[in-house]
Amino acid sequence: MNKEEFEPKILAFCCNWCAYAGADLAGVSRMQYPPNIRIIRIMCSGRVEPEFVLKAFTLGADGVLVLGCHPGDCHYLSGNYKTMRRVPLTKRLLEQFGVEQERLKLEWVSAAEGARFAQVVTDFTSKVKELGPNPLKGS
Amino acid sequence: MEGKEITLEIDSREVKAREGMTILEAAKSAGINIPTLCYHPALTPFGACRICSVEIVQRGRSRIVTSCVYPVEEGLVVKTKSDRVIRDRKMLIELMLAHAPKAEVIQELAHEYGVEKTRFKIEDEENLCILCGLCARICEERMGKSAINFVGRGVNRKVDTPFHIQTEDCMACGACAFVCPTGAIKLEDITRYKPLPIPLEFDQGLSSRSPIYIPYPQGVPNVPVIDRDKCVHFLTGECGICQEVCQARAINYEQEDEIVEIDAGAIILAPGFDEFDPSPLFNYGYRRYPNVVTSIEFERMLSASGPFQGELRRPFDRKPPQRIAWIQCIGSRDESLGCGYCSSVCCTYAIKEAIVAKEHVPSELEETIFFMDIRTHGKDFDKFYERGKEEGIEFIRAKVYGVEEVDGTGNLSLKYVGEDDRPSTDEFDLVVLSVGLRPSQEAIELGKRLGIQLNKYGFCHTSAFSPVETSKPGVFVCGAFQGPKDIPETVMQASGAAGSASTLLAPARNTLTIKKEYPPEKDVTGEEPRIGVFICHCGINIGGYVDVPEVTEYVKTLPNVAYAENNLYTCSQDTQEKIKAMIEEHKLNRVVVASCTPRTHEPLFRETLKEAGLNQYLFEMSNIRDQCSWVHMHEPEKATEKAKDLLRMAVAKARLIEPLKPLSTPVNHSALVIGGGVAGMVSALTLADQAFEVHLIEREGELGGVAKRIHYTLDSEDAQIFLADLIRKVKEHPKIRVYYNTWIVDAYGYVGNFTTEIMRYRGRVIEKIEHGVTIIATGAQEYKPKEYLYGRDPRVLTQLELEEEIARENPDIVGCDNLVMIQCVGSRNGERPYCSRVCCNQAIKNALKLKAIKPEMNIYILYRDMRTYGFYEEYYQEARQKGVIFLRYDPEDKPRLSQERKNGRYLIRVEGKDPVLGEEVAIDADIIALGVAMVPPEEARELAMLYKVPLNEDGFFLEAHVKLRPVDFATDGVFLCGLAHAPKSIKESIAQAKAAASRATTILAKETITAEGIVCSINEDICSGCGICEVLCPYGAIVVNKERKVAEVNEALCKGCGTCCAACPSGAAQQRGFTRDQIASMVETALVV
Repeated sequence: MNKEEFEPKILAFCCNWCAYAGADLAGVSRMQYPPNIRIIRIMCSGRVEPEFVLKAFTLGADGVLVLGCHPGDCHYLSGNYKTMRRVPLTKRLLEQFGVEQERLKLEWVSAAEGARFAQVVTDFTSKVKELGPNPLKGS
Repeated sequence: MEGKEITLEIDSREVKAREGMTILEAAKSAGINIPTLCYHPALTPFGACRICSVEIVQRGRSRIVTSCVYPVEEGLVVKTKSDRVIRDRKMLIELMLAHAPKAEVIQELAHEYGVEKTRFKIEDEENLCILCGLCARICEERMGKSAINFVGRGVNRKVDTPFHIQTEDCMACGACAFVCPTGAIKLEDITRYKPLPIPLEFDQGLSSRSPIYIPYPQGVPNVPVIDRDKCVHFLTGECGICQEVCQARAINYEQEDEIVEIDAGAIILAPGFDEFDPSPLFNYGYRRYPNVVTSIEFERMLSASGPFQGELRRPFDRKPPQRIAWIQCIGSRDESLGCGYCSSVCCTYAIKEAIVAKEHVPSELEETIFFMDIRTHGKDFDKFYERGKEEGIEFIRAKVYGVEEVDGTGNLSLKYVGEDDRPSTDEFDLVVLSVGLRPSQEAIELGKRLGIQLNKYGFCHTSAFSPVETSKPGVFVCGAFQGPKDIPETVMQASGAAGSASTLLAPARNTLTIKKEYPPEKDVTGEEPRIGVFICHCGINIGGYVDVPEVTEYVKTLPNVAYAENNLYTCSQDTQEKIKAMIEEHKLNRVVVASCTPRTHEPLFRETLKEAGLNQYLFEMSNIRDQCSWVHMHEPEKATEKAKDLLRMAVAKARLIEPLKPLSTPVNHSALVIGGGVAGMVSALTLADQAFEVHLIEREGELGGVAKRIHYTLDSEDAQIFLADLIRKVKEHPKIRVYYNTWIVDAYGYVGNFTTEIMRYRGRVIEKIEHGVTIIATGAQEYKPKEYLYGRDPRVLTQLELEEEIARENPDIVGCDNLVMIQCVGSRNGERPYCSRVCCNQAIKNALKLKAIKPEMNIYILYRDMRTYGFYEEYYQEARQKGVIFLRYDPEDKPRLSQERKNGRYLIRVEGKDPVLGEEVAIDADIIALGVAMVPPEEARELAMLYKVPLNEDGFFLEAHVKLRPVDFATDGVFLCGLAHAPKSIKESIAQAKAAASRATTILAKETITAEGIVCSINEDICSGCGICEVLCPYGAIVVNKERKVAEVNEALCKGCGTCCAACPSGAAQQRGFTRDQIASMVETALVV
């Protein structure tokens, strides 16, 4: 497929207190970013089960973002630290399935960082475009 | 808009419009994008650029028209992207490229339309103007000026002022430059006045703003304000564009300030502070050199929402700096500037800024902090200082006396005198002035108006034992207006002020409240989901970019959707009535609203559900504005597709949501306070005065704690009189029961319903106390030193022992000739890396007392950093003036003590290296006083286990959040205060004790406590009792039942983060409202149509 035409499907898990609020601020500030992303709101990034990520890739997602509060800022004290450990493990699992690790990304976005949210989404979208379609697709 | 409805076809879609609209407006309202250059919604259409050309078909004939001026007609067929249109637009782009080759907006259009180069002759390579006329029109039509207009004809046509001279007609409002799509307008060429950008106050003037603006991104409420002094409408009556374009009609120019009278029983003053303005300090070059910034400006420069989007750049040339210097104590510790106090926070924030800056600059960053004493006396701040050193920040103890720019480079040369007394020079490319805190002029005036006593600097005066009370009864104070302080202390004091106010107002509690009644909740169990979907246009905020009717039609095809409609504003009051009616009419048992963010509007819609008799959790929200229409404004088709996806996901989840019944438990209205010291007693009294019953537990046979040994404070108030009065009040209070010689043996339960088992009189009596909240105020003790001959020579005392001897007027002590104080004994070392905060002030206090008794006594204070923060700095200066000698020592080269016999007297010789002189110093002392560490009691560990609350590495209790919840534990219903939290003064302990009581009141004042509805639960059938969840839960809400071998959730403690669910290997742990199936269904529907 021509990379210019390839429009990846990207899922983002955003914690309610920081990243989702950051996404809202990007909206209020009318910061434009690629429309490939679909956000799923969760209360804490610590809620993200590796299974959700695996399911997303099996169903054809081209990239998955997990966005939480900056370290030390977790609304639930330490949920993001759990995520910090869980995501690298999930990445290793992805590798075994033949999915590039870069398709899963963990980033911290605070409620005040609308610009950062837009930047993270923009950068990740172009990264996934570069990677091309999810290798599991069609297999 | 008025006028009769007209139906036309745009790009094969049926579009409804009103008579009088143009094709462009009709297309925009339908989310169809047509490129424009000379169009502006606030100006008369001009049809100059023609880039908005479209093809229309009328009576079988097709032609090209300009959509911004062509009115809609019934049955009109419009093509916005036909081959002919594209061909015409390409030609126009080529013409404009030839005329204005440098215009970025034209280059972008060219790229979009695949125009690589122009075939026409380029007249002027540098030209930017495309002759769209927006500038001239806005000046004439909206600003009422016409300072610029088109001049010349044909190829000579251009925008200019009359006679090409700067004109007085122009008021330098900048509207022309603002609307210019290419940046062709240079305000300096037009106006005779100096164009001044309006500085954005929040960015410290490092960026600019418009006259209507949102003050800062997280403001509450987050709405724009109009700066009347800068707004053209207020200045001349013209413009008015904002009122016209605001769809919600929220702008009202008639609004005036009004005087509102409020009946209040108490007033809390929290006016904050101003930072010191270093402009008058000529030698530091602030405002003379662009690369000299204040610490607050630097803070904005580091911020992702700041003027440089979080990329650290120098203001001078926007290059990333490589060498940064911080100069401390700018506007602090300087009586000549009217600020003889220490601002308390600057050392820590400078270290923070230096550490954060390293994260922002990719290359190696060299950082130096020039300081007098590093005062990181806050809880755990000394560890932060050590981390700063490890990360390579250089700390130079020196006085900087001059900053000068190095010609042309923007770099700055710093001249300073270090401890060696020799002047040195060093070059940096950015200098940050660590400015101090001072009371704002408004706060001083407010204080005067209220008739409260201010101190000599204009801060609010408070006495040593009433830290939140002003001199006027019923008026309380908190925050930096009471004295410079950091965020944790400010938040503590704020709660403390609220505690004092609520004690005063306790009799009036709940006298002005009204209880809301709801209809009984419908039982929907077993019913097939019938989902009602309400999709919001939000004016044009969503409707202008997302095809809302199309999305509505799409949603109707989704499974279980029983009803769908779209609304102009779904959040409006009439829509709430509509939702309720539709729930009734269509027997809806789930509701989905697609509009803005649940973070602001979910409570409103949940309330509507409750009013309709539905469980409030049968609701799901889809954010198609903030996360769709607003962020994909240029891609309406894709935004519409995304909105459909988001709704499909929300509907999928809605099919699976269940009613939730948050646990509601009655509250026991009594409190258990552990520790009968000052903190424990003050919090007990604060609660008892509000008529709550208090059980006060003390291990010893009497009340008072460590304060029994404190006789006077630095500001010369008698601590023993205060203590005796406090003990009497506690003992006499009918609502307080004191338990002496009492130990806690067991504790269980949860917020609102705790049970504590106590053991009295060495185990002879075991009692159970039931209570709703717990306050831990177990205090701390003086460290018993092993060093410096302590315990081996009776003339070596601790500071508290010295104080007791002074109070007793022991002639050997108050009459001695040479007294040496050694600071940081047992603090700030490997074993106890924290600062004990009170010892420097203790030393000064005792030194001043001794000097008052015997002025000729030689007193030497051997210190590492003198940490006389806040107003204590004055006493440090006083001690120096009275001849107390301060000698600094390095921790690597501590003072050495030896016993000596000299001239028939038995002396202690103190030897050490003075880093200032660089020489060995020896003092023959009669008495040695040690400033020893504060250490937490051993039993803290036991209590921590019993109440499931954490300790920090040093054994002090660890609060839920250092800044935001400084007296709470993560475990609900348990609070902390006093020395159990960290070393602090009596005054600070009292403020914190009131704060803990105030936080406890928020629970005790309730009849019942309703827990979070979104909590976790365990499916016991598949739980193996492995206990992974128990370890992960930050709230101690999950405990594995050893007998039944299953995990059990205490819903009263669970906060619903879902971390346990993500880790549960068997899937037994589930988060209500965010179950595995619900989230998985969203993942699935997002990807599979």
